[in-house]
Amino acid sequence: MKTMMKLFLAGVAFAGLCAPVQAEDKPTIEIMSSWTSGGEAAALNVIKTEFEKRGGVWKDSSIAGFGAADAAFQNRIVAGDAPGAKQGVIGLAAADFVSQGLFNPIDDVAATGKWADALPKSIHDLISYDGKVYLAPTGAHGESWVFYSKEAFSKAGIAQEPKSWDEFFTDLDKLKAAGIIPVAWGGQPWQQTKVFNMILLSQVGTDGFLKIYADKDKSEASVEGVKKTLAILGKLRGYVDAGAAGRNWNDATAMLITDKAGVQFMGDWAKGEFTVAGQEPGKDYGCMIAPESKGMVYIADALWFPKTGNAETDKAQKLLAEVVMDPTIQVEFALKKGSVPMRSDVDKSKLDACAQKGLELMSAGAIVPDQAIVLTPQQVGALDDFVDEYWSGGSNDAGAAAENFFAIFE
Amino acid sequence: MSVKRKRNLSATIALLPTWFAAVVVFIGTMAWSIRLSFTNSTLFPSSTYVGFAQYSKLFASAKWLASLQNVLIFGVLYVAGCLVLGFLLAAALDRKIRFESALRTIFLYPYAMSFVVTGLIWQWMLNPTLGIQASVRSLGWESFVLDWVVNRDMAIYALVLAGVWQGAGLVMVIALAGIRGIEAEQWKAARIDGIPVWRIYVSIILPQLGPALAAAGMLLAMGVIKTYDIVVAMTNGGPGNATEVPAKFIMDNLFGRQNLGLATAGATVLVLGVVIAVAPFRYAMHMRNQAKGGAR
Repeated sequence: MKTMMKLFLAGVAFAGLCAPVQAEDKPTIEIMSSWTSGGEAAALNVIKTEFEKRGGVWKDSSIAGFGAADAAFQNRIVAGDAPGAKQGVIGLAAADFVSQGLFNPIDDVAATGKWADALPKSIHDLISYDGKVYLAPTGAHGESWVFYSKEAFSKAGIAQEPKSWDEFFTDLDKLKAAGIIPVAWGGQPWQQTKVFNMILLSQVGTDGFLKIYADKDKSEASVEGVKKTLAILGKLRGYVDAGAAGRNWNDATAMLITDKAGVQFMGDWAKGEFTVAGQEPGKDYGCMIAPESKGMVYIADALWFPKTGNAETDKAQKLLAEVVMDPTIQVEFALKKGSVPMRSDVDKSKLDACAQKGLELMSAGAIVPDQAIVLTPQQVGALDDFVDEYWSGGSNDAGAAAENFFAIFE
Repeated sequence: MSVKRKRNLSATIALLPTWFAAVVVFIGTMAWSIRLSFTNSTLFPSSTYVGFAQYSKLFASAKWLASLQNVLIFGVLYVAGCLVLGFLLAAALDRKIRFESALRTIFLYPYAMSFVVTGLIWQWMLNPTLGIQASVRSLGWESFVLDWVVNRDMAIYALVLAGVWQGAGLVMVIALAGIRGIEAEQWKAARIDGIPVWRIYVSIILPQLGPALAAAGMLLAMGVIKTYDIVVAMTNGGPGNATEVPAKFIMDNLFGRQNLGLATAGATVLVLGVVIAVAPFRYAMHMRNQAKGGAR
């Protein structure tokens, strides 16, 4: 027993000696992300390459699926074995971690990099808690996009992008008649919620949208807007194929890439998939903002930096934050990921036609935040349930369903 | 006397870790979860008590109610299906057929697979645009429909199908072992009496397999309560709430929705449900044993 104890103690001491020796070499960081599709991985690789060029050591812990990555991350945090960085969205999801003192602030990096000047004020506010910067934003995504296959459109005889929902449905009929699946539908709740939101924005405008989600307004105008939204959403059911339930967004994008389907409602990360498949915007595929929409729903990604209690990791976190906010990296990352750079002082000429369109709306302030930014994770889940239940329930009673919508905020 | 005490002492010491595990690890964590279900915990445990608020929220949730109903349908059909098919397979293999061990391996093999793999395979097969439906249609039968996983009314039965495919092998092995344990004299006697084979299985073999099948059924039933991976792999709870199950509801709220309070309330209800289901059964067993003891 005694020898066992001695052996154990010696082992502990040995391990204790080894760890710092290994860590002294280079700032090492473990990155946990859910960026696993082709375009996402390519974008993450941009950060990785630069980080390694500047002397960091990169350990990848990618987990497919946003929810799965989140669950793994929470487990690691609770177990006291937090990874050095985690990819997540800017918004209320990070607030709990910060208020529990689990994240490292990156104030000094933000100060030297003059982030306050480079970022739009609303974004800077969202990454700061109690006046300190905690998150390093990687890029913003527009979520009001309708992508379409140019070949499918020409086969169906559609000459130009539809301007209204009526025109849109006429075009969907044409696609159907041409034997093409009109809508490549991503059948997971979070994707359906995004479609709901982009239709909602087209029906109630940016002010109405903010009233509903930020002020939890239940006035008649809001209810009416939700009703009209549900009516349009319900109509879309007739244009999706039988295999839509549970489909991944990138599988839906692949249907456009192979010209099997006409349109897809998705955030601009779908562009990453087109790019990986060697397709070009404007030539092989088109991008338009949802019909009748005068603005764009956006969501922003960032890196979170949990406290690990390891000085080398802290150093690596700062280096990583620096890399992520580097103007050239922001542009390169955006090109691969399909996103829009967060910094307003970057070279915009390199961005594709779709990103420029998005950037235009962004700088004009015609944007509204995604539900993940303004709602708690519980409310986001309830919203997903609501939209999924309406979509898959086959009920066309938009009025009754609209009543349930406002229960999300309770 | 002193020898007996010594033995007891060493036995007690040997059992200490077990007691520690039972009290701290099992009962302790259970008590901890139950305590959390009475708080307003979200991402991290909090100690603000809210009474039964989480429970009333839970039972106001259509998703939770649907999940209870689904697990009941799935559980009954899955266990019954596995038992019936497993016994039939065992009886068939018992007929001194050729390649018995090869067939045994084939039938048991699905059980060695993870539910995630099973779920994915069946999802592909039943997916109308990729699987069986698409292949049959490409052969020319254009109106053929097999869209269980995406059909709201049929999705739960698709899960049962995949579950039975996986679980029947286990029952088969257990039942086969039981059948082989039955003395050959009974067979001979029954043959001499000219009883048909199916009748021997139903009236002579099956009653003797009771304990073996009960054990198999118990193993399967425990799997039902924690059904999670097959649902996630096959339908992810959809379409709508059609295949939502309690374990998935709890996991979703634990992690994705950062709702510890609601998740632990769900878990507590699940444990209570099991206790309520098992208690009368245990009580009956207890009474029967006592009656037996009294008679002796």
